[in-house]
Amino acid sequence: MTPESNDLAVEKMDIVVGNLLRAGVVLSGAIVFIGAIVYLARHGMEMPSYHAFRGEPYDLRTVRGILADAFAPRGRGIIQLGLLLLIATPVARVAYLIYAFARQRDRLYALVALTVLLLLVYGLVGDRV
Amino acid sequence: MNILQFTGVIAFGSFLAGFLGSITGLGGGVVIVPLLALALGVDVRYAVGASLVSVIATSSGAAAAYVKEGFSNVRIGIFLEMATSAGALIGAFLATRLPVSAIGVIFGLVLLYSAYQAISMKSEQSLSLHSSDRLAVRLKMEGTYPGEEGPVKYHVRSVPQGFGLMAVAGTLSGLLGIGSGAIKVIAMDQIMGIPFKVSTATSNFMIGVTAAASAGIYLSRGYIDPGLAMPVTLGVLAGSALGARFLTTARTPVLRRIFSAAISILALEMIYNSLTGRL
Repeated sequence: MTPESNDLAVEKMDIVVGNLLRAGVVLSGAIVFIGAIVYLARHGMEMPSYHAFRGEPYDLRTVRGILADAFAPRGRGIIQLGLLLLIATPVARVAYLIYAFARQRDRLYALVALTVLLLLVYGLVGDRV
Repeated sequence: MNILQFTGVIAFGSFLAGFLGSITGLGGGVVIVPLLALALGVDVRYAVGASLVSVIATSSGAAAAYVKEGFSNVRIGIFLEMATSAGALIGAFLATRLPVSAIGVIFGLVLLYSAYQAISMKSEQSLSLHSSDRLAVRLKMEGTYPGEEGPVKYHVRSVPQGFGLMAVAGTLSGLLGIGSGAIKVIAMDQIMGIPFKVSTATSNFMIGVTAAASAGIYLSRGYIDPGLAMPVTLGVLAGSALGARFLTTARTPVLRRIFSAAISILALEMIYNSLTGRL
């Protein structure tokens, strides 16, 4: 592969990555916004209480609980679903990079991206003590 | 102040945070934690959780624009993300074991040093004159960025040192729920000799992945509250979208001055709050 065609491939890859990130952000932002309307319409006139830390209820800490709350539908559950999607956006980007580097036959960087993906997956599902 | 007004105040502050975080590569966490914890009296653990989500929003929102402009370097980014992601996991685990006040003081001192370094830096031209290390060439890290007269080629050096500092940046990110963009930019700009705009854009690109590594841990521990994270996320998204548009027209010395001022304020806040036991 000539240097020129390699640069072009990288450039094309960059654009796909950029679009992927934008799509993830727009979608999660829209879900958070819908959840915000539901939440503020129901609770907007109440008083906030964030002075003491209590931790979130169990249903807002797990994927299953968040999905159940979002489709109930509860405003806070919908917001949390959008936030979960936002957290997943960079993970999807890393997963895409593995594919993109593999297609360029860049084994070293495919392996680098895979290492990063494994670290991310560990953070998302590994800490269930 | 009811929830509606509370949400509005946070959304406005977050808009400013997103704008500043995006043009400097610092991430939204710089302004979010002080705004929530100091100005609104929110418990620091909720503030850190919301900040972490805003950091991902800033990174992904601005990175989409940065990538299209051709400033960020995907290979450098993903390679250094091995260090930041591993560090972020270590940081998230350490967060439950170390006293936060001790962490805050150390971090504040590190940032003050960073601000000093950023001001006393050599000009961009002298930085791009050095040649690349053999390791950097083997890792295909060299690249070009759009200059006024067509693409400008740049070289990369000191990969292991940059990698080491990235692990520290990741650990601090996981500990405090911030993007550690300041340290990421220093690792690339000053240690690895990568041009400032490329460093800033690549840092912004990396911050989201670093934050995502520890975000899962924070979510499962109940540190992420939807009522707080919602105005923070939406505000930061709007602000960072505007900030990304600003980057291509702003000149590097101006960016560097904004960058230095922002991290100095952050450093003083961190130290003060740690010493007064409010962090």
